Amino acid sequence: MRPHRPGIRWTSSSLIQLLLITNTVLVLYPILMMGLSAFKSTPELFRNPFGLPENWNLANFIKVWERTNFPLYFRNSLIVTSGAVLLILVLGVMAAYALARYRFRGNELLYLFFLSGLMIPLRLAVIPLFIQLKAMGLINNHLGLICIYGAQGLPSAVFILTGFLRTLPSDLEDAARIDSASELQILLRIMLPLTRPALVIVAIYNLVPVWNDFFFPLVFLQKESLKTLPLGLTVFMGQYSTDWAVLFAGLSLAALPVVVVYIFMSRQFIAGLTAGALK
Amino acid sequence: MADRSSNKSSPPAAGTFRLGRRAGRILWLACLLVPPILFFVVFLVVPIASALIYSLFEWQGIARAGFAGLANFRQLLFEQPWQDWTTNAFWHNVIVFITLMIVQNGVALVLAYVLGGEPRGTRFYQVVFFLPVTLALVLVGFQWKLFLNPLFGVVNKLLDAVGLEALSQPWLGQTSTALMTLILVNAWRWLGFPTIVFLAGIRTIPREYFEAARLDGANEWHVARHITWPLIAPAVTIIVILTFIGSFNWFDLPFVMAGLDGPPGKATDVLGLYFYRTAFGEVSAGLQDFGLGSALAVLMFLFILAVSIVWTRVLRGREVELS
Repeated sequence: MRPHRPGIRWTSSSLIQLLLITNTVLVLYPILMMGLSAFKSTPELFRNPFGLPENWNLANFIKVWERTNFPLYFRNSLIVTSGAVLLILVLGVMAAYALARYRFRGNELLYLFFLSGLMIPLRLAVIPLFIQLKAMGLINNHLGLICIYGAQGLPSAVFILTGFLRTLPSDLEDAARIDSASELQILLRIMLPLTRPALVIVAIYNLVPVWNDFFFPLVFLQKESLKTLPLGLTVFMGQYSTDWAVLFAGLSLAALPVVVVYIFMSRQFIAGLTAGALK
Repeated sequence: MADRSSNKSSPPAAGTFRLGRRAGRILWLACLLVPPILFFVVFLVVPIASALIYSLFEWQGIARAGFAGLANFRQLLFEQPWQDWTTNAFWHNVIVFITLMIVQNGVALVLAYVLGGEPRGTRFYQVVFFLPVTLALVLVGFQWKLFLNPLFGVVNKLLDAVGLEALSQPWLGQTSTALMTLILVNAWRWLGFPTIVFLAGIRTIPREYFEAARLDGANEWHVARHITWPLIAPAVTIIVILTFIGSFNWFDLPFVMAGLDGPPGKATDVLGLYFYRTAFGEVSAGLQDFGLGSALAVLMFLFILAVSIVWTRVLRGREVELS
């Protein structure tokens, strides 16, 4: 099926399968255990930690959804993540399109300028960011977080999108110019649709880390009503610290959307998340 | 890294020959470029540059006071108790890096090598192994904290159940095991990442290389050692660098599983926690010092950058070009 089969011929392929199955169990069992525990009551959880739940009870999930701020955390995470990814895509396309499709003085230099951000862990600049956002009135504000993620994601977006846009042939573009289409029309109607595969990569490359980020919300969001899911989890874990079944329900609920989307889009997820490490 | 064959495919600039459209083109390029540049400068370049400047000043709360020269750096590196805290946290980061290199990346290399042979179910295993990488570290941390609870956690219960009661212990509560336990949880979450990257590296090797080696009578070990290993050098480079950067920015997992103070007794303290405490205050004392925090950030930044650059040079040296 795959073009390159290194052709490693194993005398004992069952040994290989044993190794792979062992690792599969090591990966899946803890996740499954978390999910199963969410259906038990706390006493049952301690009495029968390994088995299937005696009855599949949704009470813990209902409790989490109705009595905690979980729906709020979800909504906040959705706002911040979609805002950040959108911002990265828009700014990334603008910069990359200019860099990839036009020749002008300083082009290469500007490209390197954006790329210089690739190696910089922005969290080390959190103190200046804190002071700056405070001055701009963006502390305790989703927009502040979105801007930080936007800056963090821009270098990789420029890198991926410029590389992709440079490979597109110029025939379509030239034809459109002859038909006297405006530059904006060429970008939006012709080039952008062709860029879709790269846009998906950029989106996923940023989507998961932003959705999962804990550090920046911890610093910039103190208001309960604004907290995102990872930060909200710390509040929730403190609130219900003795009610383990509810804790597992909360953790399972937090994991569910990512796991579901991953099951359906695993190929894109793997390609997107390793995009920074693969050329 | 950069695609250098760029100019070949660039179309001739629109309107270059028509004078009237020249201004329009400049305006169009400005519309495209000014917003991202401005944004990049305001939210990345300025904050990074400011961190350097801030580290040279005294701070009172969030207000800048007098010029301090290198006093903040001196305090962190040579004055007690900061010196002890700095070295303690730094060595823990070193331990994290080395252990992850051996345990996480070592296992990943074995798994990738095995999957490179495309055994039955390869696609399935790939998807499963990568799954934890998509989960938030905070979530994984809490999940394992519950599993590792000394009284009610399933880890100790499992050990008891299989007759290894002697091994069950308060994994996170004692100095001897706390850091290693955190590192193993981290490895559990990240394992799929290096696995996939190594596997992608293995798949770029033309199969004829393996066939030729085998025709010459090379055994499995020789193939792995003399063909696979040298030819996946680019993947190894990137994983070493990413593991290094990740190890020295480690924060989420120790924060949620151990705590901001690096308990027990600073046994799990790492530079990330130490930096956060210095900048935004001890849980107990409520102290914060932006000057010291900035100095620590600058030290971490310079250290990470310097080591990354040197290593990239060294590791790239052993990469072989495949034509």
